[in-house]
Amino acid sequence: MQNLKDWETVIGLEIHAQIISKSKLFSGASTNFGSEPNTQVSLVDAAMPGMLPVINKDCVKQAIKTGLGLNGQINKRSVFDRKNYFYPDLPQGYQISQFTQPIVGKGSIEIDLKDGSSKKIGITRLHLEQDAGKSVHDLEPNKTYIDLNRSGIALMEIVSEPDIRSAEEAQEYVKKLRSILRYIGTCDGNMEEGSLRCDVNISVRKKGEELGTRSEIKNVNSIKSIGQAVDYEFKRQIEIINSGGKIDQETRLFDEKKGETRSMRTKEEAHDYRYFPDPDLPPLEIKDDWINQIKKNLPELPDVKKEKLIKEHKISSYEAAILVSDKNNVEFFDKIINENKKRNPKNIANWIIGDLFSLLNKNNLEIKNSPVKAEDLGELIDLIEDSTISGKIAKNVFEEMFKTKKKAKDIIEKKGLKQITNIDEIETIINKVLNNNKDKVEEYKSGKEKLFGYFIGQVMQETEGTANPGIVNEILKKKLAN
Amino acid sequence: MDIDKKLVKKIATLSKMKIEENEVEKFSNELSKIINWVEKLNEVDTKNITPITNPSDIKIPFRKDKINDGKIKDKILKNAPEKKAGYFVVPKVVE
Amino acid sequence: MTDLKNINLEECLELLKRKKISSKELVSFYLKEAELNKELNAYISLNSENAIKSAEESDKRIASNTTRPLEGVPLAIKDLFCTKDVLTTAASKMLNNFIPTYESTVTQKLWDAGAILLGKTNLDEFAMGSSNETSFYGPSINPWSKDRKKYVPGGSSGGSASAVSGNIAIAATGTDTGGSIRQPASYCGIVGLKPTYGRCSRWGIVSFASSLDQAGPMTKTVNDAALMLDVMAGYDEKDSTSANLEKINFYKNLKKNKKLRIGIPKQYKNDQLNKEIIKFWELGIDFFKKNNCEVIEIDLPHTEYALATYYIISSAEASSNLARYDGIRYGLRKVSEDINNLYEQTRSDGFGDEVKRRIMVGTYVLSAGYYDAYYLKAQKVRSKIINDFNQAFKKVDVIFTPTAPSDAFEQGSKIDDPIQMYLNDVFTVPVSLAGLPAISVPIGLSSNNLPLGFQIIGKRFDEDSVLSAAKIIEENANFKKEIG
Repeated sequence: MQNLKDWETVIGLEIHAQIISKSKLFSGASTNFGSEPNTQVSLVDAAMPGMLPVINKDCVKQAIKTGLGLNGQINKRSVFDRKNYFYPDLPQGYQISQFTQPIVGKGSIEIDLKDGSSKKIGITRLHLEQDAGKSVHDLEPNKTYIDLNRSGIALMEIVSEPDIRSAEEAQEYVKKLRSILRYIGTCDGNMEEGSLRCDVNISVRKKGEELGTRSEIKNVNSIKSIGQAVDYEFKRQIEIINSGGKIDQETRLFDEKKGETRSMRTKEEAHDYRYFPDPDLPPLEIKDDWINQIKKNLPELPDVKKEKLIKEHKISSYEAAILVSDKNNVEFFDKIINENKKRNPKNIANWIIGDLFSLLNKNNLEIKNSPVKAEDLGELIDLIEDSTISGKIAKNVFEEMFKTKKKAKDIIEKKGLKQITNIDEIETIINKVLNNNKDKVEEYKSGKEKLFGYFIGQVMQETEGTANPGIVNEILKKKLAN
Repeated sequence: MDIDKKLVKKIATLSKMKIEENEVEKFSNELSKIINWVEKLNEVDTKNITPITNPSDIKIPFRKDKINDGKIKDKILKNAPEKKAGYFVVPKVVE
Repeated sequence: MTDLKNINLEECLELLKRKKISSKELVSFYLKEAELNKELNAYISLNSENAIKSAEESDKRIASNTTRPLEGVPLAIKDLFCTKDVLTTAASKMLNNFIPTYESTVTQKLWDAGAILLGKTNLDEFAMGSSNETSFYGPSINPWSKDRKKYVPGGSSGGSASAVSGNIAIAATGTDTGGSIRQPASYCGIVGLKPTYGRCSRWGIVSFASSLDQAGPMTKTVNDAALMLDVMAGYDEKDSTSANLEKINFYKNLKKNKKLRIGIPKQYKNDQLNKEIIKFWELGIDFFKKNNCEVIEIDLPHTEYALATYYIISSAEASSNLARYDGIRYGLRKVSEDINNLYEQTRSDGFGDEVKRRIMVGTYVLSAGYYDAYYLKAQKVRSKIINDFNQAFKKVDVIFTPTAPSDAFEQGSKIDDPIQMYLNDVFTVPVSLAGLPAISVPIGLSSNNLPLGFQIIGKRFDEDSVLSAAKIIEENANFKKEIG
């Protein structure tokens, strides 16, 4: 059996992220997902004779934002190149892309691993390019149907350095990248809908040796698939080398059902894309002013926010990581803490991650569609803080709030859940309970100390759980001591 | 540089054109002549010269992110040699 | 009875304004003339029905004095401009059935100015050629051929040149990539102007070489060229290479007398040059001197490399621009059960030999391993050529050269030798590489009784000087516009 421990895998990822924008990169047609075929196609997208590209300023802005979010070097001058090849869903017979001078140069992101360590993964470049249309192969047996709605939508191609060394690192990289893109609002990161696509470049080598030949794995459509593809390729390549064979530099497809990669059957000779600068488009020049303006308006990035949560709000690293994993979580949290700085941030974090997430998951809801709004949860937390209700009652109130969308105060009013804190009132009830259970009082006084809990329970029953437990405890202790 | 028959066929394949056997030699000759002729550019000293893609010094003009095009399915499909249910139709493409 | 056959655009507008003729008469007359002169093969299609309708509309406007700058004038349009609902073929089998659902920016401007589409003129296929012999619709003939052997009208805008010269169009549009307006203008004895790159929009013009293509007027007089340029020029936000400049009134500016410094490039004058052409060159220089213009010798050292540079760059761009003709969304399709086969059969059948040659040259010079040696090298030499002009224009305002190295040649005499054909463009190509404005204006007849034109080149966006200098030649040369 092969000793996999001697081997290491070298992985680089190429991510294609669809830019969030209303219209396409070089045409004014809509980018909406799921419309009737060829209804979101302009003459330019259909490559009619005499058509010319004009660039969408917002798409450029999104690319700059993303570059900044990846600590990348924004190139003030970049060039659009044509990548020439023939395919039915590529109407121009070339894709407008960027080859030698991309809009963003080197950058990096930090990923967090299970063992608690962090690793920096380098980013080689980011460039703008057009998406192709869709080929539908299953509508008629011997035909392929072409829909150009997607043709011309803006994509960012983000290429990582080959710094990734495991399936976990690959997955964390994509997760982190996706969360950054979502944070800054440049891509919705939806892998199932194809707005985030991943190609895996992977090779193996014995530790300490030179780089091996790599294969490119396409069609890896989920975080899970990334892990599977890497694991499969790792073993496959090692097996080949161990049995004396050579790795072909090729493109392979990932088969989700089988969890395997397979060679693309119709592999013609390597494409010669004949890149050259697109003569229809002057070079893209970006001024410092614009970059600075964008930088100023960039939302706080997850890593920065996480540090703040830990340092300023004393939230655990674990909980902070969960909060920043989604910008919507952070916004929810921020709303509550910003509304009333006196609120306890750890409390807030607990409520969100514990009770709120639990109910959201059960009901298959996302936090941005939560029936309990941030202000409402904030109010609930305040009511616990000022002892209007107990923590235990609060949990019930919260469930009711989630179900009915009613506010905490209304529910407490309606159900009479206000905590009783009046000493006289409580004393009266305690006296009542003790009077009704004279035998048990005797038993307690002769040593059955467990019955203390019974008396508490009775008081709670009498008050429907609203008596302040602390006060009950104190008074009961006093009475029973006599 | 001579463009031999093999190279002619390779170029024809790249540009998705079919050159009949009896024409390959003709194209080979013509292309060779043209390529040999343009090689005189090697005489020019172009060290440190920036290549020019477009003679104008226009900077790329920007377009606002507005939806002001598309929704012209009929126009898009009007000249299509084969279409069905709003799609362009081609022979089955094997991926 | 007004001689409608020999009128120019300026005269025509005057007659229409004074209501001496109606637009309908004019259009009917030219449609008939076009029919009568079918042997010129200048037109691929005529817009018979709609032209008359438009003429009637124009007459209404003229009657109510709501005329626009070119109201009621029929124009011939090179069949490379997409015209809405009107067949646009690029003289290729590939587009022999293509009916655009849109109008090119330049032609829309002409229609908005009240002009009328008379017909689509013949050209070399996809604008690739210098003789109009590569057209799928057969060659166009130079009207100066008359009753002797057939001479070419030049190319690629051969049909437009033939129509204007043969008096079956009052004026026409053409496109110029390496000389395709100027050279046919020279061969046919008319005026042809290639504006500065970026002056006119390229949107809706079938693209050949994106960094070189420009639309321009082909007319009987310099004044007419200015009139048309006034309408055709202008910023288009749909074309990223369009120049956003203040509007200039070229026709008005012509009235001003300009004192110009004329440059004569010494590299263009060599002993291989035709003696007649040298004679006419000297005649032209005299005209300038008589008109108070200083004539100065200038240096364009990289001239001899311009043609090779042009062929590499234009073929490379063309190979990519023509990739969209694949039989899938429009145009010719050769039916097949295999997609690859469909591509190959369609493109092999749809394109003629010259187009195929250029696509292959273009594909080759861009391909892996050759890009640096050819394409990149050519772009660098292009930079040097542009610099040559920049240096020269420090000393002069315009440059005066022959348009072509000879008069029109016989049909069939060069078609089998691509390089011989390419050499026709030796004087026009450097201008295209530099994106400069240039005009060809007839100066006289060769010993073979064929027209000879001379070229005036200006600084970027200085069409004013180009037109003024052209007027000096025109007025002094007194070229016999009548054939025979």
